[in-house]
Amino acid sequence: MKDSLRLLAERASDEGLLDVAYTTADSPYGQLLLATTPRGLVRVGLPNQDADELLAELADRVSPRVLEAPAQLDQVRRELDLYFEGKLEHFDLALDWQLSKDFRRKVLRAIDRIPYGQTRSYTQMAISAGNKKAVRAAGTACGSNPIPIVVPCHRVLRTSGALGGYGGGLPMKEGLLRLEGVLKS
Amino acid sequence: MPPFQILIDEHAADVMAVLRGAVGRSDADDCFQETFLSALRAYPKLDDTSNLRGWLLTIASRKAIDHHRANGRRPLPVAEPPEIAVSDPEPSDGIWLKVGALPPKQRAAVALRYACDLPHEEIAATLGCSPEAARRSLHEGIKRLREELA
Repeated sequence: MKDSLRLLAERASDEGLLDVAYTTADSPYGQLLLATTPRGLVRVGLPNQDADELLAELADRVSPRVLEAPAQLDQVRRELDLYFEGKLEHFDLALDWQLSKDFRRKVLRAIDRIPYGQTRSYTQMAISAGNKKAVRAAGTACGSNPIPIVVPCHRVLRTSGALGGYGGGLPMKEGLLRLEGVLKS
Repeated sequence: MPPFQILIDEHAADVMAVLRGAVGRSDADDCFQETFLSALRAYPKLDDTSNLRGWLLTIASRKAIDHHRANGRRPLPVAEPPEIAVSDPEPSDGIWLKVGALPPKQRAAVALRYACDLPHEEIAATLGCSPEAARRSLHEGIKRLREELA
């Protein structure tokens, strides 16, 4: 049955019927859910998020043609592994931004340009996205990031230097900043 | 609408069981692929998602019938080499080879009843016929199997 299902995912992909492919991947913080469309990585679910809910949301917002297809996410998994080992500073992955609209997407695209090992404030993100008054909205955009880790919202802190929040929990944000050398261990 | 993977997780084993009954082990996988690809193609536009299992089994039955039509009335498949797996809960292949030799409707009815444990009403809905016709196909199929095994 396993071989049949693997073949099915392959054929679905060949025939353009695999709208959302997903798999799970281990990380130092627990299991991640990774989902891609033919355009690129569309969703990274963090360990504290419910995988079934994430898949239901993808079925609603992207397409119900959601299949478990680990082979489609080999490169994503490889790059994440290297990142967690501290051996990769820049992800070279196609991204699908369709789950973020308007101002939020602008904020997330600005976050995507923050270099490894550096941080910015929510205010700076609001300015980068073209509306310096929308600091709170910039914070919400960070919180709604559908592609965390790869789009590094963990690099956005309060102006005071306080950590702010993180969808995967603050220990994870601290861990990622320590990995990148921003926080000293 | 649920993610398609849920349909696979919940019903793939049933679909495979029906197809093995209907077309035999060696061809079941081809029909299985065709069944799920067709389902995947149609799924986003499916109006009624209240009986996804029945919907999948309907597609599977049609694929099995198409398969038999495409192959004409082929001779029985030869006995397959024994598989290594021993914990196979299905009946011995012998009887399914006989089931595979039944006419398409009887074969589908027998497979749905005994591989998939569907009641007559659901067999009828799956095959797109009346419950009486489903009962008759099943009855004829069982009768013929009895005669052959006697």
